[in-house]
Amino acid sequence: MTLEIVGISVLWLFLFGYIIVASIDFGAGFFSAYSELANKKHVIHQIIQRYLSPVWEVTNVFLVFFFVGMVGFFPKTAYYYGTILLVPASISIILLAIRGSYYAFSTYGIKDNKWYMFLYGMTGVFIPASLSIVFTISEGGFVRINDGEPTLLYKQLFVSPFTWSVVLLSLTSVLYISANFLTYYANAAGDERARELLRKYALVWSGPTILSALVITYQLNHHNVEHYTKMMDVSWMFVVSFFFFLVSLYLLVKKRYFGWSFISLVLQYAFAFYAYGISHYPYLLYPYLTIYDSFTNKTMATALVIAFIAGLFLLIPSLVLLLKLFLFDKKYVKGQI
Amino acid sequence: MYNPVLFSRILTELTLTFHIIYATIGVGVPLMIAIAQWVGIRKNDEHYILLARRWTRGFVITVAVGVVTGTAIGLQLSLLWPNFMNLAGQVISLPLFMETFAFFFEAIFLGIYLYTWDRFNDQKKHFLLLIPVAIGSSASALFITIVNAFMNTPQGFEWKNGVITNIQPLVAMFTPAMPTKVAHVLTTAYMTSAFVLASIAAFHLLKGNRHPYHKKALHLTVKAALIFSLATIVVGDLSGKFLAKYQPEKLAAAEWHFETSTHAPLVLFGTLDEKKEVKNAIKIPSALSILAHNLPSAEVTGLNDIPKEEQPPLYIHYLFDLMVLIGVWLTVMATLYWAGMKKGLAFPLKKPFLWQLVLSGPLAMLAIEIGWYFTEVGRQPWILRGYMKTAEAATKSAHVDTLLVIFSLLYLVLGVASVVVLTKMFRNNPVERELEERALNQGGVSS
Repeated sequence: MTLEIVGISVLWLFLFGYIIVASIDFGAGFFSAYSELANKKHVIHQIIQRYLSPVWEVTNVFLVFFFVGMVGFFPKTAYYYGTILLVPASISIILLAIRGSYYAFSTYGIKDNKWYMFLYGMTGVFIPASLSIVFTISEGGFVRINDGEPTLLYKQLFVSPFTWSVVLLSLTSVLYISANFLTYYANAAGDERARELLRKYALVWSGPTILSALVITYQLNHHNVEHYTKMMDVSWMFVVSFFFFLVSLYLLVKKRYFGWSFISLVLQYAFAFYAYGISHYPYLLYPYLTIYDSFTNKTMATALVIAFIAGLFLLIPSLVLLLKLFLFDKKYVKGQI
Repeated sequence: MYNPVLFSRILTELTLTFHIIYATIGVGVPLMIAIAQWVGIRKNDEHYILLARRWTRGFVITVAVGVVTGTAIGLQLSLLWPNFMNLAGQVISLPLFMETFAFFFEAIFLGIYLYTWDRFNDQKKHFLLLIPVAIGSSASALFITIVNAFMNTPQGFEWKNGVITNIQPLVAMFTPAMPTKVAHVLTTAYMTSAFVLASIAAFHLLKGNRHPYHKKALHLTVKAALIFSLATIVVGDLSGKFLAKYQPEKLAAAEWHFETSTHAPLVLFGTLDEKKEVKNAIKIPSALSILAHNLPSAEVTGLNDIPKEEQPPLYIHYLFDLMVLIGVWLTVMATLYWAGMKKGLAFPLKKPFLWQLVLSGPLAMLAIEIGWYFTEVGRQPWILRGYMKTAEAATKSAHVDTLLVIFSLLYLVLGVASVVVLTKMFRNNPVERELEERALNQGGVSS
């Protein structure tokens, strides 16, 4: 395995981690705000706040880790994506800022400001939408290079149906992943009313995720044939992914083993996300940038890998401790401490 | 005319000006919380424990805003300086990468620490959770400052026709600028945080609240501030020596030292006329030679020996002098407080003295900002000294001006909101009430 592959694998893993934990966070925020505005607050608000409060800063670090690692392993991405994403990424920063400040101000300081709650809930859908733009851009067709200087073609990007399908998939996924996880969490907390409401949300959003994924696959065939063909080469992974989707859904319908339902969901997304990533190889930005021509040098990559392994020794025990204290501590989950 | 370089500079400056407030508190306050909780455990004094608790509650808000602005600057480095990150990323990404680990570590334990105040019967166990938080936050500062040190004295690579070869990541991390810069950032962050907390205690005492809680808080924070101030002075002196040897143009511009000479005087404030003659300044004979090389007769390089297009702007002289002046003033005041209290004199708790202690926190923060401007502007025209100029590094994209406006609004809202929330939070829950409640709760448990 070359260092390029090691690097992109590590980053892809962290991006996947971010997508799962951030989806839970974004969706939970959305449900939390929705329940507030729809007067169902008493049912699920408590559950969501107990889960979200201790972990939100950790969620954000996954994202920072991803883009810092990206610049570390593939410095040319800083040049290409840095230049192209000036406006889209700045919008994401502002949305993340609104979201982070809600945690700071509302959870720890001022409570129950409806207007802020609404803004916060909306960031839960706008952030994934704005971040998903990066995937769309990476497929090519939205960037022009003039005298070596890349520019983003805003108009093409904005009117392309492909862009909007990706946005749609990101939104439905956020809501589905989040509702599925929170169903498990509410069940662990022994709060049946919250569980039933969240389970209903999960069932509602399960179908649309698959539908939007199918629409994207169809559009990719027209937008980027090369990628589409390579995706068909690993179609078995999508089949496995769909199988886990069915398992997850079945358990949800049968109201059994909510933990396994969520694990199946993670596997469903893992297979689909890796199938997408593997078929995207070797391009970081079609057709200008691959992991090979943007790669840093051997020495730096080796140093980064060593730092990464050393860091994991520090992080994994700490994360386990965090999860043990808040996620798997029955008393905490039930609100007894 | 649209000038992306200028707007990129202003936007970066703005983000850092805002972020550095939260970053400084983020690095220094965990240490202060640890000290208070430790003293509380040792003396078995409820006041210090409550001090730690209340500081932590405020700290959480500043950390949350710091996370937001930190993410902003992290992304803006690539968005506004793509050419720089493309180049520097090949050599100096290791500490950037490690910084995220340090922050990860800190965030995890901060989450645990916050939500487990009452989950441990043994306070000491809870205290142990704070150690990774303090280590993580200081390590973040260490790694980020390493990157900044690299920008001042880059090394650990070879540069041929725009191509970088023979990269040594560790050599790039341990640059000549690194020891003094890291030490300076850490000691000043501790010092500033201590003064900020001292300001709060002094404010309550000034308002006439003579509760022992506030007196203890003031005593603890000013004493800590004194120790960190003295450390800052030592580090500041070493920083002068570093500059003289490795970045003579920065020191010369900071001191308006034009002709290379021995027995160089330290120039305090003053003005320049058209012939670049220093007027209206206080001059301390030979002091610059001593600062630079510990010897009155030592030779200090003057600005005239530096090519014109590589000279930093001359206004950094005022930044440098203001930073040093504030640092010295704060050290003197902390010393007076300490000596006065030791002799049992009344003045440290009298109104005029308390007034200036209230100002000490904002002053220290101002010195942090000014010092940061000094070191960044003092590196101009370079972004990577000797290799890449700031103008070459910036993005050429459109819309940086619009983003500048939007981000200004964002920081304004965040800044105002954090002040409002913090004041409300503590005003709605005064110390006295909390102490009573805690006493009641504990009474309930034991009976």
